[in-house]
Amino acid sequence: MESIYKSLVEIVGEEHVSTRPEELYVYSYDLGTTEPQRPDYAVAPKTTGEVQQIVKLANREKIPVVPLGGGLSLAGLAVPLRGGIALDLKRMDRIIEVNERARYVVVECGVSQGQLVSYLERHHPNLYHSEPGAPPQATIAGNIAIHGQGDLAQVYGFNSDMVNGLEVVLPTGEVCKIGSCSISPHWFTLHPLPDLGLFLGWSGTTGIITRLSLRLYPSKKIRDVEQFAVEDEELVPEVVHRITHTEMAEDIVAFSQAIPPFANELHTINIFMTADSEKELEFKKGLIWDDTLGDYIEKGDGGFVNLSPEMKFELARRPQISKTSDWKKGGGFEYVGAIMPVETYPECYRRGVEISTRHDIPYTVLGRIIGRSHAMMFSWTYAFNRADPESIRHARKALHESDDLALELGGTIWKPGVYGQKIVMEKIDPNTLQLMKKVKQLLDPNGIMNPGNWEVS
Amino acid sequence: MTLADYPYKDIIHRCFRCGYCKFPTNWTDVNNCPAYARFRMESYSCGGRLWLIRAWLNNEIEWTDHLAEIVYSCVACKNCAEKCPLRFSDDIVDMIVAARGEMIESGSVPSAVKEFLENIQQQGNPYGNARTKRGEWAEGTGIKPYDGQEFLYYVGCVGSYDTRAKETSKALGEVLLKAGVSFGVLGNEENCDGNEVSKLGERGLFQLLAEENIQQFKDLGVKRIVTLSPHSYNAIKNDYPMFGGGFEVYHYTQLLRDLIKGGSLDVSRGLNARVTYHDPCFLGRWNGEYDVPREVLTAIPGIELVEMERNREGALCCGGGGGNFYTDFLGGSENSPARIRIREAYDTGASIVAVACPNCMTMLEDAVKAEDFEGRLEIRDISEIVGEACMVRGTE
Repeated sequence: MESIYKSLVEIVGEEHVSTRPEELYVYSYDLGTTEPQRPDYAVAPKTTGEVQQIVKLANREKIPVVPLGGGLSLAGLAVPLRGGIALDLKRMDRIIEVNERARYVVVECGVSQGQLVSYLERHHPNLYHSEPGAPPQATIAGNIAIHGQGDLAQVYGFNSDMVNGLEVVLPTGEVCKIGSCSISPHWFTLHPLPDLGLFLGWSGTTGIITRLSLRLYPSKKIRDVEQFAVEDEELVPEVVHRITHTEMAEDIVAFSQAIPPFANELHTINIFMTADSEKELEFKKGLIWDDTLGDYIEKGDGGFVNLSPEMKFELARRPQISKTSDWKKGGGFEYVGAIMPVETYPECYRRGVEISTRHDIPYTVLGRIIGRSHAMMFSWTYAFNRADPESIRHARKALHESDDLALELGGTIWKPGVYGQKIVMEKIDPNTLQLMKKVKQLLDPNGIMNPGNWEVS
Repeated sequence: MTLADYPYKDIIHRCFRCGYCKFPTNWTDVNNCPAYARFRMESYSCGGRLWLIRAWLNNEIEWTDHLAEIVYSCVACKNCAEKCPLRFSDDIVDMIVAARGEMIESGSVPSAVKEFLENIQQQGNPYGNARTKRGEWAEGTGIKPYDGQEFLYYVGCVGSYDTRAKETSKALGEVLLKAGVSFGVLGNEENCDGNEVSKLGERGLFQLLAEENIQQFKDLGVKRIVTLSPHSYNAIKNDYPMFGGGFEVYHYTQLLRDLIKGGSLDVSRGLNARVTYHDPCFLGRWNGEYDVPREVLTAIPGIELVEMERNREGALCCGGGGGNFYTDFLGGSENSPARIRIREAYDTGASIVAVACPNCMTMLEDAVKAEDFEGRLEIRDISEIVGEACMVRGTE
């Protein structure tokens, strides 16, 4: 171990490698319910070249490497399940290029969501990216590595659909470029070269994304949010479908939660709209409210929710401020996110309430619409008290039941943890599973990349 | 101490490590926590530190020198409290200070901290310099010892002993004289205010210093105090009342603002310069005073005040708080917060960085040298700038 430590010091410098118990303790923990596992080394590289050298060393010595961005997956995806190197990538935090005309940004893998939001607001106010609503230290690269989605999902899909190019360090140490950047200085498209979708959604098990190009979109001058609420959950898919048909909303999020009590058993739909003028905004609102939701209001099936300017500000602010972890005054929460057909919303809600009740956790469910109702990212959230092992055990059990539920209802689990991966691999088409195995073996013959995740037996 | 005895046992586990505490108000960068900016390991972030303190008190990890360094690398700048959206945010710094208190109780603190506290106990200042030299800065200025004047001018340790900071102590004294303010100083009789002692977790010594100072002030009939240092201002204003010390306290910029407004200070000579202002944490985040120093600067004809990207509530600390101007746990790197800050100041195109704190002065002056900005960027205290604008200084 001493020689490996020395080699790592030679690569990144003494201050950026640690085998001391304090760093190993901190990097052993995910923020969710996953049991901690200690790495052997914590390493924080600054450049792609350093990442490359670390990976070459690890591959030669057959040491696991677990890449870490903001560390906010909550599903334990950056817990070093087999020890090895916890690779903290947040020092690689340069915003390299913003192309105003082609609307894309090239960033290093450690650039955070908060950093990009702020940078664009200050330097390119006509552009913005799909912000995931996670705490702002979540990284752009980490988000696409788990097929994340954000507040432009209804219009443009998953954030990983917005990738224009990648630079990746392969598990064997080669640096690869994917997309137009592999043959050109411009990072404007992932196509039309052969599909090499080998890294998005793989949670760092096939390589380390060190640089990427992300599409940016027009940032309108006005961003407003309004709420529509219904008591009958069966109405939600239809309402959402009709709103998406107008193509006037930017982001659509339906949710229901036990707390506060007045919102309990109510289904509230946040409708975010953007415009460059009050006239444009009024036109959009007219199509949504008068022509689409008016029927429900007239029949008494739903209603407009009055929001104060402060509430609107909180809902529309970017990056989002999340206080979910303090619901139980316990410092913890985790959720199962699943990509579900929108029509399953009622069942997702009812069964979610049952799971929460069973584990004595106030229920919180939420569905963000992806595309024009092509799917929704549905989350079942469970708060827990970090100081109470029984509370953690209940949350973990509720999460596993929610994983099971997602598959039972015909959905797929977003960024599954080890349990979710296991049940997905049990259910997935066997030939697809074997293809995953072949890809993984081809790219990572020594199995060093984030082992314990997506391991096909 | 075990976790059960820790005063924040019901709160400390509530830190989720979401990382808001690393950011400034406008989210420009993830490195607004000085210790995290310096080391960029999660263990040095505020959340990492809280998790480690809990693990230590819970016997999950042992005390080590490295753990103590991590706990003492917090400069008490309060950026975390400013950004944490949760209800316990006001307790974050106190959670760290309480853990330091436990380290002090068990005699297991870094040697630099031990030295700092010993020096204060013996000589009333962290440098270990003789008490008999404390008042030397005022020699030849005409500033009088305190003897019932309207204001006690409390200078503090850094302004009394640090070579560069002594110039600012002098500059302020001369400006106050010029304005005709009735004030006096304690000279060699002045003792440490204890602000850093408190933040280093040595509550017993802090109480002793506070009580001695309060008694001295009362014996002399002091009612109104003007401080050079925001650190002194913070201790006397916010902590001394707990020990029976209720005084009317001003940071000197507040007094200068009033003097300029009231016509007692004529700054019409002006100063033609592009100036950026660095908010001191113990004036800004600890006491909410952001406007007054800017009002003073903008009252001076010819000054073009430009803001750094991170300012006011979101300002990056110079790294000198919590005793770190002496213990220096964050020094020695281009990622030392003072060096990051001075690069940010340089990027504004300013030729002067205005400061209102002797600790910031010393930290940023060193950073100017380390970054090789000498001749291009000058660190000047607001008292010096005002002094020049009202022809007290720089007129030769």
